[in-house]
Amino acid sequence: MSTIVCPECEAQIELATGTEVGEILVCSDCGVDLEVTGIEPAAVQLAPMEQEDWGE
Amino acid sequence: MQRRLKIGVLYSRVRVEEKWIFGALEKRGIDYERLDDRAIHFDLDNAKPWQEYDAVLERSISYNSGLYALRLLNAFGVPTVNTASVAEICGDKLMTSAALARDGVPQPHNMTAFTPEAALEAIEAFGYPVVLKPVVGSWGRLLAKINDRDAAEAVLEHKSTLGSVQHSVFYIQEYIEKPGRDIRAIVIGDKILTAMYRKSEHWITNTARGGEGELCPITPEIEEICLKAAKSVGGGVLAVDLVEHPEKGLVVNEINHTMEFHTMQPVSGIDIAGEIVEYTMSIAKEKVEA
Repeated sequence: MSTIVCPECEAQIELATGTEVGEILVCSDCGVDLEVTGIEPAAVQLAPMEQEDWGE
Repeated sequence: MQRRLKIGVLYSRVRVEEKWIFGALEKRGIDYERLDDRAIHFDLDNAKPWQEYDAVLERSISYNSGLYALRLLNAFGVPTVNTASVAEICGDKLMTSAALARDGVPQPHNMTAFTPEAALEAIEAFGYPVVLKPVVGSWGRLLAKINDRDAAEAVLEHKSTLGSVQHSVFYIQEYIEKPGRDIRAIVIGDKILTAMYRKSEHWITNTARGGEGELCPITPEIEEICLKAAKSVGGGVLAVDLVEHPEKGLVVNEINHTMEFHTMQPVSGIDIAGEIVEYTMSIAKEKVEA
């Protein structure tokens, strides 16, 4: 299991097995949305802000 | 020997639905490629790389990116789920209403105006409360329940001053006293797969806004209106949202063309992702056999 550091609050977050690139995680400490950008090595960045035309 | 079909999946974020779709493709051993809509580009003079796909399943989170990608793919002759025309209609509440009105599919009473003054006139004719909705938008964002003339004037002024040009198309809908729930049904091709109640104390029952899901039995009435609605917008993989109107009975509130089903799949126990993949494969086969 890989561990990443939240770029917003520096909390340590463990990536669950089966996590994929492009997935969105929520930091359990500060609640910010993080996008997974790499698995090996594990990497995340702040997810883009919701846009007006987003949805289903 | 028959050629192996190649599928593209256009996406922006790997939500749980995309994970399930990728899983369903992999389980079936289907040759597919993940196409991140933030990373791709289209060369209008060279359609060839795109024509290698026998079908593309569109799951973009951005309506604009998804719609333009579909338009280009369809122009290149690549079959898509859904088609650009379906996305165009479903992504715009006014176009959906126009299609439903054309085909006599029951829907809430709607009015449209293009200036705040004309919108206010329409609202006054309706009586209060009414609901103002952006024509493009989702997840229950920017819906406004207007309870009186003061609120109407304020919201109309805000929309025309602060909103993008699309917000000056005023889509006004009757406020429906629904029984704390609405119904979402999944239609794929010509069959209704499953339906779910979305319950909420709030007047916006969208599960993206905290509404809870519960299985809804598919009655002949639900089936009939959903299939009619799906056909009216052009068919494909669709989520039809119904409201139980106290006088009119079931009415179609909206139709989604890249629906989320993270609540629906576990609630129904139906492999919706698998059904979407099967439908996409059938579209790809149609193209190859044509």
